[in-house]
Amino acid sequence: MDLGPYLLLASLEGAVAAAVLALTAVGLSLVFGVMRVVNVAHGEFFMLGAVLAWWFASLVAGHPAFGFVLALICAPLIAAVIAAAADYFVLKRLNYDPEATIVATIGLLYIIQQTVLMTYGPDARPVEAPFNARIYLPWFGYSTYKFFVIGAAIVLLIGVWIMLTKTRIGLVLRASQLDSEMALAFGIKVDQVYAMVFGLGAGLAAMAAVLVVPIQQAHYLMGGDPLLLSFIVVIIGGLGSIAGTVVAAILIGMSDGIISVFFSPTLAKIIATLLVAFVLIFRPTGLFGKRSI
Amino acid sequence: MLDVRGINVGYDQVQVLYDLSLTARPGEILCLLGRNGAGKTTTMKAIMGLLPLRSGSVLLDGEDISALPAYEVPRRRIAYVPQGRRLFSELTVAENIEIGLMVRDAGKATRDRVLDIFPRLRERLDQRAETLSGGEQQMLATARALCIEPQVLLLDEPTEGLQPSMIEQIRQVIVQMKSENVAIILVEQRVDAVLSIADQVAFIENGRNLETLEAEALRQDPSKLTRYLGV
Repeated sequence: MDLGPYLLLASLEGAVAAAVLALTAVGLSLVFGVMRVVNVAHGEFFMLGAVLAWWFASLVAGHPAFGFVLALICAPLIAAVIAAAADYFVLKRLNYDPEATIVATIGLLYIIQQTVLMTYGPDARPVEAPFNARIYLPWFGYSTYKFFVIGAAIVLLIGVWIMLTKTRIGLVLRASQLDSEMALAFGIKVDQVYAMVFGLGAGLAAMAAVLVVPIQQAHYLMGGDPLLLSFIVVIIGGLGSIAGTVVAAILIGMSDGIISVFFSPTLAKIIATLLVAFVLIFRPTGLFGKRSI
Repeated sequence: MLDVRGINVGYDQVQVLYDLSLTARPGEILCLLGRNGAGKTTTMKAIMGLLPLRSGSVLLDGEDISALPAYEVPRRRIAYVPQGRRLFSELTVAENIEIGLMVRDAGKATRDRVLDIFPRLRERLDQRAETLSGGEQQMLATARALCIEPQVLLLDEPTEGLQPSMIEQIRQVIVQMKSENVAIILVEQRVDAVLSIADQVAFIENGRNLETLEAEALRQDPSKLTRYLGV
């Protein structure tokens, strides 16, 4: 194959990675932006989404699309409820103290991971894609499902954007982010906003995982990479900036995909991490960040 | 009527207020006078439920609002204009006002009434709050509070750093609210401004209310000002 088609294939793989990463990272970014909580367990909510997707898919007989749709609705919901409960029972009791919440979410990471290991087991299990037709380009065939992943991520991100900028909930959320004490003085139930945001963040990660699991398989240790990459993206994009997060996700996702295809996935991670180091040195607020860290 | 009864308040280890009591009556302006760090802002935050009381209570027409969660306090029509304005900086003027309106699900009538008081804001509805001038920001902070249609209005140094024309405008709004039977608690550093506007003056020092005086008495005999404030 010539370089051109090869590059096209790599870019498509990159776009899929970017789409999934953007969803996951926006979840992390929202939580940090509004609550100032560094959620180390974010990757585990991603993993939980994938494992739940497998479980729902295995519940439903017949066409794989039924199980997939069920998973797409229920898995993020369950992840969101677990996250909201973790916020209410743990993070809130710590008064959102920055250091304490990091330790608490590390604990949460292990609780979720080990619970999944004890119940779901150590195997990697595939989920069948809801449809699997291939588009035949002149040089290679490509799964339509992967195009669907890209499209679904774009639709979901637009949905989050509209929610944040056009709705009442979004207004309440942004007000809590800017000044939580004043939000409280204006009747906003900041506790509820926080539980909702933590749930939404986890839900987005789980949603990304449901989308990716027909490509990648569900495994109890799969949360590590998305967590690392999400942090990279959130830092490069600028802490708390949703737009920056999306741009950085596209940048990192695309380069991750392309470098993985041409060289190796390890090199892609090395370069991404190096990029974070440079961003932190030369532009510590990130590409779109305003406040200093 | 807002009744602050013997509140003790602090941050973590540090106690700031000691058995502080105040009474704000409808249609009257109660001014809190005292040096920096005396506990005036802490008093306001305690009334809003933003700081927990160690003891004492805050009663609104007999209801103990200090037992309520903080988000219920503004719904009782207690509005707060904090020191330094504390606007939602990245939100637009319209959105800041919307936050105020949401407290009690107030509608367009309230919005129009508030914007009629501050016509300048109407021209700037789509502008982000942080891009307004200092005076306009103070207008917005006040407008946001008035959206609650307050029966008690807490104003913490509303004229700090403003030019004289703006100070006069804020003063007029305060007087108008007083005429609409709102109970007003005002923190103000300028003694002459306090004397011209206040009905009662409370001298706060080291977290205690030394004495609450009728402003009229103070106007006739300002010697207490010298004693408590050294001015």
